[in-house]
Amino acid sequence: MMLFKILFRNAFHNKLRSSLTILGIAVAILAFGLLRTVISSFYAGVEAASTMRLVTRNAISIIFPLPISYTEKIRQINGVKTVSYGNWFGGIYINERNFFPNFCVDPTTYFALYPEFVLDEAQKKSFLTDRKGAVAGRKLAAKYGWRAGDTITLKGTIYPGTWDFVLRAIYKGRDNTVDETQFFFHWAYLNEGVKRIWPGYADKVGFYMVGVTRPDIAPEVAFQIDESFKNSLAETLTETEKAFNLGFIAMSEAIVTAIQMVSFVVIFIIMAVVANTMAMTTRERTGDYAIMKTLGFGAKDIIILIFGEALVITFTGSLMGIVLTFPAAKIFSRELGTFFPVFLVSAKTIYMDIAAAFLIAFLAAIIPTHHAIRIRIADGLRRIG
Amino acid sequence: MAIPFSYSFRNLWKRRLTTILTVSGMTLVVFVFATVLMMAAGLQKTLVETGSPDNVVVVRKASSSEVMSTIERKAASIVEMLPEVAAGNRGQPMIAKECVVLIALKKKGAGQSSSHSNVVVRGIGTESMELRHQVRLTAGRMLRPGSSEVVVGNSIAKGFQGVGLQQTLTWGMRTWTVVGIFDAGNTGFSSEIWGDGDQVMQAFRRPVYSSLIFKLKSPDAFDAAKTAIENDPRFTLEARRETTYYRDQSRVMAKFLRILGLSLTIIFSTGAIIGAMITMYSAVANRTAEIGTLRALGFRRRNILLAFLVESLLLGFIGGCAGLFFASFMQFITISTVNFQTFSELAFKFTLTPGIILQSMIFALGMGLIGGVLPALRASRLKIVDALRAT
Repeated sequence: MMLFKILFRNAFHNKLRSSLTILGIAVAILAFGLLRTVISSFYAGVEAASTMRLVTRNAISIIFPLPISYTEKIRQINGVKTVSYGNWFGGIYINERNFFPNFCVDPTTYFALYPEFVLDEAQKKSFLTDRKGAVAGRKLAAKYGWRAGDTITLKGTIYPGTWDFVLRAIYKGRDNTVDETQFFFHWAYLNEGVKRIWPGYADKVGFYMVGVTRPDIAPEVAFQIDESFKNSLAETLTETEKAFNLGFIAMSEAIVTAIQMVSFVVIFIIMAVVANTMAMTTRERTGDYAIMKTLGFGAKDIIILIFGEALVITFTGSLMGIVLTFPAAKIFSRELGTFFPVFLVSAKTIYMDIAAAFLIAFLAAIIPTHHAIRIRIADGLRRIG
Repeated sequence: MAIPFSYSFRNLWKRRLTTILTVSGMTLVVFVFATVLMMAAGLQKTLVETGSPDNVVVVRKASSSEVMSTIERKAASIVEMLPEVAAGNRGQPMIAKECVVLIALKKKGAGQSSSHSNVVVRGIGTESMELRHQVRLTAGRMLRPGSSEVVVGNSIAKGFQGVGLQQTLTWGMRTWTVVGIFDAGNTGFSSEIWGDGDQVMQAFRRPVYSSLIFKLKSPDAFDAAKTAIENDPRFTLEARRETTYYRDQSRVMAKFLRILGLSLTIIFSTGAIIGAMITMYSAVANRTAEIGTLRALGFRRRNILLAFLVESLLLGFIGGCAGLFFASFMQFITISTVNFQTFSELAFKFTLTPGIILQSMIFALGMGLIGGVLPALRASRLKIVDALRAT
């Protein structure tokens, strides 16, 4: 018991140094936690994907459309429950900085496929009946101060011209993992406009969303869909929603890997700082250790003392860092909501924080402990710190 | 008289373990700082070198990349006849009418279907090679016009499956044979596949061009050409110099990398500064008696302040040099990722520029300075009598 008392006293003996070290650890753990959260928010779309949904797109690449006539052919395939479709619109609101994802979809089927988008019944009805109507996510509407009934104008990048919409409904996420920054409108409205400007491009969709009756038959259904359009002008590629979303992340893999690597670098930096603190502490206390050895304390007690001290310091810092991660993540998600629509600190991140703290304490204490154990009593006593 | 420089240096040497630990923290911070800046610089350099200032790119108004743009054949013929377009040695206009699409290809070394990436397929015209001096064929031969043959950029040949010489690709219900591999140096063209323009348009059922690239008769004819194209009521096209066009494509990505890099390094540098502070405070505490002696010998407060500041700047300097040393090895690495703006694959190298070296060194010395200021002030404020009394 007395050892523990000494250990705590030692840890806070040099107040300035201890508090600086603790501050450093807190900042590092905070940075580590935020970076891990950035990575997990990259994968948020994958986590949120349902196993009941398939995505069918043109096999050449996502920029090529599919004919609308595929709808009925896909619906005939065994195991298909709902077929919906849509296009990436890529419109700009006022200027390029105000980015948010905007799609045109077949409204009735699309919202049937996405039960996680919760709409008010009256609003939903007015959206479905108005061809110019649009639905925005709660966060998106809050960001630009939109209310139901407002007119919103988007400038088309793929489809030239300006397009007016009337916001009819605002959707809420069923839980906090749902992306609330998207914007949807009627596919028929876009198609009408396209017919006017480029008649040849009308009646095309960018992707089909296919709901299956049971998750376990999804691979079979995907195969069947691709098989029915083999050797046609527009061959299809059908994947589960999860695989489709993973494909997008794989494209920017280099960046995700870089962030991942950097998140470990911060742990190394703080390890160097803590190791430095421990080296200084033990150097100053060489005399103390020599006295303890004379009194009959063994190597084990000295190990407990030094490792304990490192643990006390790192854990105080880590705790502060972990606690600070939550408000920091809140600010982060408010400022960068357009890049990371879902920004939540996961339990896994917290576990990794704690593991990192253990690692720092352990590695930082090894060399100083080694020195402290090896020193001979006479040498230790002779040295004036 | 100032305290000699060697005093500061020897002090660092005396406490090697502490010095190494502090410096290694700073090294890592400078390494991250320099690497991220090198990434942004490399991306920008690649895209800027892709363009040439004599060339003009024409795309449909408001389309942010060639893939989104559509230009009717009629409009293309009108642009072709502009007096600002240079003439080639056979008198033909130096203009390439190109069709650009994206195809999904599988990356090398990845098994599952999810690791597709979007690769640019450019349907070229007869003048396309002439207009891009950076492009050289390194293996095989050039494609024959009017055939289902393609040539592949070296970054794509290296990074993707099934695009080696004599291998075949299938799109648009046709089989395309890879007959050559070209090297376009450090430019975006190295990440593209080139085929015959008319064949590509036919295969993808896209009866329109994506972009027109032409050479100016003289470099200052740009404004005249721009006015002529953008004021013509028969179409809605816009003209940009090729250099500007490609620089615009790197903007979002480079900005993203810079913001990421800066916010990371600001957080990280806190750790390194604290490390330096701990080291310097303990240096002052251990040397109290020594400082007293120096003051008794007649050294002034400012000499003491300076000596400790030099010591901590030295820490920063070593950290900066070591960080840059390691970062310079990153130049051998090429990374390939999707450019958010064009949604297509782009390979680029980490590039170390003199500006980055300067910024990194200033950053490293700044960390040393901030870490050392408070301890150095404490050292210089010590009273002689108290300091001498300390053991």
